[in-house]
Amino acid sequence: MGETDIQAEKPDLTAPGDDAPVDLDAEFQDSHIQEILDKLDRELVGLKPVKTRIREIAALLLIDRLRRKFELVSETPTLHMCFTGNPGTGKTTVAMRMGEILKRLGYVREGHLVTVTRDDLVGQYIGHTAPKTKEVIKKAMGGVLFIDEAYYLYKPENERDYGAESIEILLQVMENNRDDLVVILAGYKDKMDRFFQSNPGMRSRVAHHIDFPDYSPGELMDIGELMLEEQKYQFSKAGAEAFREYISLRVTLEHFANARSIRNALDRARLRQANRLFAKRGSPLKKADLMTIESEDIRASRVFVEGRLDAKLNEAPEQP
Amino acid sequence: MMTNHGNRLTQGQFSYLPDLSDEQITLQIKYALKNGWAVNIEYTDDPHPRNTYWEMFGNPMFDLKDPAGILMEIKECRKTFPNHYIRVTAFDSTHGWEAPRMSYIVNRPEKEPGFRLTREERGGRTQGYTIQSYASDRPEGERY
Ligand SMILES: Nc1ncnc2c1ncn2[C@@H]1O[C@H](COP(=O)(O)OP(=O)(O)OP(=O)(O)O)[C@@H](O)[C@H]1O
Ligand SMILES: [Mg+2]
Repeated sequence: MGETDIQAEKPDLTAPGDDAPVDLDAEFQDSHIQEILDKLDRELVGLKPVKTRIREIAALLLIDRLRRKFELVSETPTLHMCFTGNPGTGKTTVAMRMGEILKRLGYVREGHLVTVTRDDLVGQYIGHTAPKTKEVIKKAMGGVLFIDEAYYLYKPENERDYGAESIEILLQVMENNRDDLVVILAGYKDKMDRFFQSNPGMRSRVAHHIDFPDYSPGELMDIGELMLEEQKYQFSKAGAEAFREYISLRVTLEHFANARSIRNALDRARLRQANRLFAKRGSPLKKADLMTIESEDIRASRVFVEGRLDAKLNEAPEQP
Repeated sequence: MMTNHGNRLTQGQFSYLPDLSDEQITLQIKYALKNGWAVNIEYTDDPHPRNTYWEMFGNPMFDLKDPAGILMEIKECRKTFPNHYIRVTAFDSTHGWEAPRMSYIVNRPEKEPGFRLTREERGGRTQGYTIQSYASDRPEGERY
């Protein structure tokens, strides 16, 4: 913070002239932003519109940085965002990356993510809300404040709800502390739209609305394989075939939560694989056996057997 | 007090230096956060050196990554108590320390009248000394 501020204030004798060449490339290399964008591409399947928007924001901030070198002063761009999409579409995951990206571009100082919901912000009695909200804001400073299911902050049916007080404080900080933190609101699209309708102040402070689409079955398969790879597992050929079928059945059932359902299904498959190997103990076991998810580990799921969800893990709506 | 020009209260770190700017305060807070110390803001209008327990302004601030939030609270505290002493302390909770590691004044009253030295004759020609702030003659909250 300090150093750049000081430079901006006194006349900078080293500021390049009007005709000095602009080395966009060097600046780009310098920020190592490509590494992050590549990593994003590699580790997150699909999400085309999201990745495009992140690229655009990165370009904006990079140009902003260059402009400042030429003393072309403009206001710090507003970067508060809204992520909408169904459960498990990667909103939290992308928010975490956002912190890292903004840090690389020198837009936030620390780049950490503080995730909160209504309960962390809104108090139980008069005088409880303001300190609570402020405490969260202080923790998020230098990084990203991620407010999940932000619309629960506003309860129109109860006009004395303390949520309004919290929104009021957030609005102030979003306006006055743009250099100190970036706020990302997240939630389902329709509820979020209604929230913005009743809170125009919030709407006007959010510069980027990014919608996270549901994943196609093909993308879900890729996500599954990526997740296995990260945990040093793999599908056998028949296993992969079974999982493909599993996906096509699973997407039609209730409580489907995109990538999170995939993660949960794989966790259960690992459980079955372990049991299968354990039942065969005595027979020789190779490293490949420890790594491989077979067709039967998938097909034992109730989704196949009875056309409904597996017990226990799925009785409650899927949790992160 | 003849040696203390302007009767400036000299307690804690940096107190013989000119007042710290907000930028310098920010750097000091950064140092505390880097060490994992919890930063507190405290205020008082009783400047007696034995008055070690000042009022806390809000809760201690744990788990912060960045000084901006603390500076925001300092400004808030200055707005509420423009004519009080305000100090920032950094508390180290690690076992064996469990004590403040930093403490410095970030706000002081515009006029600091200083301290009166009172001498007391005692038996056997001994002499007792005590100091009292001129400001603390007035009730709490009306001192500066
Ligand atoms: N595109 C993707 N590629 C790989 N893994 C993904 C992708 N999207 C999500 N995941 C994984 O799916 C899981 C759920 O994602 P995440 O928690 O980001 O979803 P969310 O949109 O925040 O859901 P919710 O609305 O329920 O909070 C995570 O474990 C994440 O790693
Ligand atoms: Mg989430």
